[in-house]
Amino acid sequence: MPPESLRCKECRTEYPLDARYVCERCFGPLEVAYAPHTSSDPEELRRKIQAGPTSLWRYADFLPTAPPAHGAVPTGWTPLVRADRLADELGLREVWIKNEAANPTHSFKDRVVSVALARARELGYTTVACASTGNLANAVAAHAAAAGLESYVFVPVDLEEQKVVATGVYGTNLIAVRGNYDDVNRLCTEVSADRDWAFVNINMRPYYSEGSKTLAFETAEQLAFQLPDRVVCPIASGSLFTRIARGFEEWLEAGLIQGSLPRFNGAQAEGCSPVASAFAAGHEICRPVKPDTIAKSLAIGNPADGPYALALARRTGGSIDAVGDEEIREGIRLLARTTGIFTETAGGVTVAVLASLARRGEIDPDERVVAYITGDGLKTLDAARGTFEVTEIDPTVEAFELATEPVAAVA
Amino acid sequence: MSVTVKIPTQLRGATDGEASAEVEGATVGEVLDSLYERYGELRSRIAEDGGLRRFVNVYVGGEDIRFLDGLDTEVSDGDEVTILPAVAGG
Repeated sequence: MPPESLRCKECRTEYPLDARYVCERCFGPLEVAYAPHTSSDPEELRRKIQAGPTSLWRYADFLPTAPPAHGAVPTGWTPLVRADRLADELGLREVWIKNEAANPTHSFKDRVVSVALARARELGYTTVACASTGNLANAVAAHAAAAGLESYVFVPVDLEEQKVVATGVYGTNLIAVRGNYDDVNRLCTEVSADRDWAFVNINMRPYYSEGSKTLAFETAEQLAFQLPDRVVCPIASGSLFTRIARGFEEWLEAGLIQGSLPRFNGAQAEGCSPVASAFAAGHEICRPVKPDTIAKSLAIGNPADGPYALALARRTGGSIDAVGDEEIREGIRLLARTTGIFTETAGGVTVAVLASLARRGEIDPDERVVAYITGDGLKTLDAARGTFEVTEIDPTVEAFELATEPVAAVA
Repeated sequence: MSVTVKIPTQLRGATDGEASAEVEGATVGEVLDSLYERYGELRSRIAEDGGLRRFVNVYVGGEDIRFLDGLDTEVSDGDEVTILPAVAGG
């Protein structure tokens, strides 16, 4: 399925496969358009995938670039975990967790950066950059280091310390901008016009967003080439949400899987829920907001792919919900104590929305549900701090017994 | 009021390659109308149904006009109006 061109999602104008992201005719976003598959035999395609590397490059036939010959950080092929204890608590039968914390920099952003950097290197760029809420910063810094590229990473000044440290350590040029993510993104959009850099989420965006499709491919393959009935996925800009759907659609068209698109349930934090608000109000576009939430990786107040996310949720019979900070903390705990997976606040948002849908009876107990856990809890420690008790004792057996079995100790 | 409008690279094909323009207007809407008078092709690229296309972001002094009064946002002499495409990210 070789890439053919960049095509405007709005007016279908085509452009060459270079570093551009906006249609000059209508300002719509560009995406990669592919030629039809040369092989029409799904079995052959399936065998080829299964013989591929245990990374996202096993799906190279569905990506706009070839895997780099060297200097790539192995990414993808993360666990899809059946979460029976979580399902039991929610009164559901079949819940799966796609654990993206298992990626090299502990979030799904390793996928988009893998594809964006591969294309940037093909195009001859020696400097890469991004605007980030944190996870993308980690990934760009790490992948640039491995590839020997110079990098510039722009983040909001109030980012979690863990994400700052896990970016700076790779030797990037870390720029903390006094403003929120939308300010950072505006600044980077302006800077990108004057620099000969590959901004992964700006002029590389058409390639970048293709990386998210591999989450759909892996899910389907790990379910023995079947589709889930429903997916629950966090929404920040709406890019991941819509690209997972695109991945399933491409495999349906290729005959690798049968059926129809799952229901798509989007998850946002109440403190930054422009897409959920537009969904509830029946709007087709999102009114931007000023974010105020502990889920900083989802704190995009001006979501560029919001209109597409709204359309997807509606046409699949899904929804887009928002949950409060306390529900987010409870979501993190619920996932941790039932699956052994410690997720960051974005995962707490996702689990909280899953729990909310289950409580409201919107999920048929027989459905197969996949929830996307996009990042690692070690990156947002404040959200879990103080949610449990620590027993402190002197180093004696008596002290231990006194502390753990007070009734027996008294007797 | 005379304000500076910054033109993104993707629209410079419609502005004879100019990266900015000095135009008159008391509101963002008037400023854009002045801009369209000078560069007629711009209107069809970013305007739609009397408003802006949904992937067009406009800022006054760095603030998104949707947090102000939209196209009715008042501008002062010397203000800077920036037109940028919406960008997904994270």
